[in-house]
Amino acid sequence: MEAGLKNKHYDVIVIGGGATGAGTARDCAKRGLKVMLIERLDFTAGATGRNHGLLHSGARYAVTDHESATECIRENMILRKIAAHCVEETGGLFVTLPEDDLDYQKKFIESCLSAGIEAKELDPKDVIRMEPAVNPDIIGAVSVPDGAVDPFRLTTANVLDARIHGADVLTYHEVVELIQENGRVLGVKVRNSISGEEQEIRGSITVNAGGIWSHGIAKQAGITINMFPAKGALLIFGHRVNNMVINRCRKPADADILVPGDTISLIGTTSSRVPYDEVDNMDVTQEEVDILLNQGCQLVPSLSWTRILRAYAGVRPLIADDSDPSGRKISRGIVCLDHASRDGMEGFITISGGKLMTYRLMAETAADMVCKKLGVDAKCTTHIDPLPGSEKENDNPSASKKHIIDMSTGQIAARERHGSLSSQIKYDTDSDDALVCECEQVSVGEIKYAMDKLHVNNLVNLRRRTRLGMGTCQGGICASRAAAILGSKFGNERAITDLKSFLQERWKGVKPVAWGRSLAEAYFTSWIYEGVCGMEKDNDKESNITSAQ
Amino acid sequence: MNYQEQNISANNFEECIKCTICTAYCPVMAVNPDYPGPKMAGPDGERYRLKSPEFYDKALKYCLNCKRCEVSCPSNVKIGDIIQSARIKYDKKAPKLRDHMLAETDVMGNLASTFAPIVNPILGTGIAKMGLHALGVDKHRKFPAYSAHKFSTYLKKIQPEQEMFPKHIAYYHGCYVNYNNPDLGKDLVKILNAVGYGVLPLSKQKCCGVAKIANKLISRATHDAEINLKSIREAADKNLPVLSTSSTCVFTIRDEYPHLLGLDNSDVRSDIMLATVFLSRKISDGEIKLVFRDDYDKRVSYHTPCHMQKLGWSAYSIGLLKMIPGLKFVPLPSQCCGIAGTYGFKKENYEYSQKIGAELFDAIEQAHPDLVATDCETCKWQIEMSTGAKVENPISIIADALDVEATMKANGIL
Repeated sequence: MEAGLKNKHYDVIVIGGGATGAGTARDCAKRGLKVMLIERLDFTAGATGRNHGLLHSGARYAVTDHESATECIRENMILRKIAAHCVEETGGLFVTLPEDDLDYQKKFIESCLSAGIEAKELDPKDVIRMEPAVNPDIIGAVSVPDGAVDPFRLTTANVLDARIHGADVLTYHEVVELIQENGRVLGVKVRNSISGEEQEIRGSITVNAGGIWSHGIAKQAGITINMFPAKGALLIFGHRVNNMVINRCRKPADADILVPGDTISLIGTTSSRVPYDEVDNMDVTQEEVDILLNQGCQLVPSLSWTRILRAYAGVRPLIADDSDPSGRKISRGIVCLDHASRDGMEGFITISGGKLMTYRLMAETAADMVCKKLGVDAKCTTHIDPLPGSEKENDNPSASKKHIIDMSTGQIAARERHGSLSSQIKYDTDSDDALVCECEQVSVGEIKYAMDKLHVNNLVNLRRRTRLGMGTCQGGICASRAAAILGSKFGNERAITDLKSFLQERWKGVKPVAWGRSLAEAYFTSWIYEGVCGMEKDNDKESNITSAQ
Repeated sequence: MNYQEQNISANNFEECIKCTICTAYCPVMAVNPDYPGPKMAGPDGERYRLKSPEFYDKALKYCLNCKRCEVSCPSNVKIGDIIQSARIKYDKKAPKLRDHMLAETDVMGNLASTFAPIVNPILGTGIAKMGLHALGVDKHRKFPAYSAHKFSTYLKKIQPEQEMFPKHIAYYHGCYVNYNNPDLGKDLVKILNAVGYGVLPLSKQKCCGVAKIANKLISRATHDAEINLKSIREAADKNLPVLSTSSTCVFTIRDEYPHLLGLDNSDVRSDIMLATVFLSRKISDGEIKLVFRDDYDKRVSYHTPCHMQKLGWSAYSIGLLKMIPGLKFVPLPSQCCGIAGTYGFKKENYEYSQKIGAELFDAIEQAHPDLVATDCETCKWQIEMSTGAKVENPISIIADALDVEATMKANGIL
């Protein structure tokens, strides 16, 4: 593919492999455009992979931001249909604690209803039965159509659909230059992050969907976008504590949402401004862990005696509102900048703001602008057409008809992860059915499928596509097995380097919560790899498990 | 506030650090590739079952409930309990007629011992075996013969003379002694009487329920367990130690009642123990003495039943046996024999059951003992069927080697 790029001319080049970039690539490709999607690292490596995974009903914004609330509920209903295999329809609760103002609940329900969000007041006694994890002292509760959405699956499905519609996709390619001529962006120069090789890719329109990194990309064209990096930290608990999303019914504040996602529960978030030059390296502080735990236990008391797997932080790509001349007002909604009219730079668009929930709408907005600029008259269909994996069985005759009773638990887990596409996973031999990741039930067959179809270059990619290493042992058991399988494709030397950096990456998230059994388990992992297997420490990195103590 | 001190998991399955030692010790894992092993069936599976019951793996039925995983676990995870609890909670398959027959040891025992002269010959016939095989009981299995006289009747009969002793214990004899092997009960009475203890019946006793729990007859098991606990409490109120000659019965009453049936027995848990443990402790405290015959001369091995391993008590039984001067003790490795109560009787498990025990059977044949001692009746059946060795409870061996008169003298009875 790479060799032919030089002579190829794209209609649109999308920079950024988050949900918005992948969604934009999908939308454009479905409208018949020739699309190139470029990601500097891996899909979902930025804010897309570092949030709650909450399928917002919009209720959280209902009181303070009517427009975001209506956008959310509309997209919520769309995602349930088009991304069924990425969504868990758990339902959500907004609970009022004794120290909260119950009058807020009334205002909350009114605001929800006016935004079209089905909010229903419930008797706290019934709620404790519906969701036994909730704090039994609640004095009020409202049900809303919240849910959980897996951002990794969602983004991967968008990439797959873009490819199905002819898009080319490059991961581990960083845009090092926007090629400009006479006030027009003609394409990008990219550097392969693995080989270091550089090349030019030309296209009529370049869409900047770089999330928080949009700032730096636009700068290459001499364009200033005022981003406000806002760090949000979250904690992952070891198992599923709650089965419904639990929100605190008050003005949005720290750590007031607990989301059940696949095998775990997530509490978040904090919110703090960080300098732009720190966005590539987010560490969770002890203070943030304390805030999250303290607030979380008020919502769900059992969190105080539930093991914490890891902590992580993402950066919200908040963007300045162009309408405010001081540049200090943050826009909460979707921002689609036409740099031709804004900055006199043709062929260049930035899509930012918004949130994971509205990624599709952002993509539609960007694709509309692309089409208008290219003079293409094609309608958006992404709100109707299901994503690959979410087709109903009768839409996809090749989908597995195997009855659930005959499936191993690993096969059931894989079906939940890949939806109807799981029929492409081959379980031809006993070893294909053997589990590599025992905590998250990822089989050899699933790994082979991911390597074959889902842009897997390393263990971190594999984790994002499958959940490998996301469970209790944080890769302790499975990382070496998976590295061996990757080694068969990329060579053993690369696999060993990859293994080291994967274990370091896992440890980075465990470190802020490394006490009790999580610490014991991290030590066990280090004994296995360093003590038994003789893996060498990287002394220049302070984050080694043993040295961190 | 220091959250590192506050946030410590109270969920037992989260104590697992995935060291996988349990999997290495699981006897089923070694022979049955369909079984996911204790780590995955236990703590790993539990996480998934909390997500959705559809992740219940029906292969959990292969678990023997031997608890060797729990013994091996350095993190004190109740792996076996997690697996059995999951079977009880999520396995919606109703027990078969065969499971009822195997598990209802009281009902079957009462019927069979009433008609023992008729039942015993019939159980041995080909026709009966074919019938049982059709129900799912493996054709290789032989049911233990039923006794025409129940031990409980005997114990009632001798109660007046037992009352005369200066000290007393209450005997939880269980089904096996009651319906199949009253001689074992009589051996215990012989030993205890010689050291000055009278043996009294409990006010009421039912099957301990181990087979009912294994076959998911939970409400029946709970019903019986409550009766047993009530009787044990009555005995404890009178300061009567409650003894048993079956490791599995003791284990079930002490540990499975609270862990699997959710019954609180903490007030009486330490009041019920194995007879060999009671005797050993009394001897080491200098309260009683055993004197043995000069002419006893036998090679004896001891097989550690899985539940003895879990209780940590085999040292007591072995220690007692080693006190017999004429007994040459030949050690065996601690390994599962494969029967696991009703498990090995089931047609679908027979092959695995025998594979699990194979190494133990070899070790016994090489040790070539005159007798194998063991504290579990189903281990006895399995070893006798699979090796041809004769198996006895340590209590019967001690009773056989005991010089009653000399013992009574040593204890100041005569």
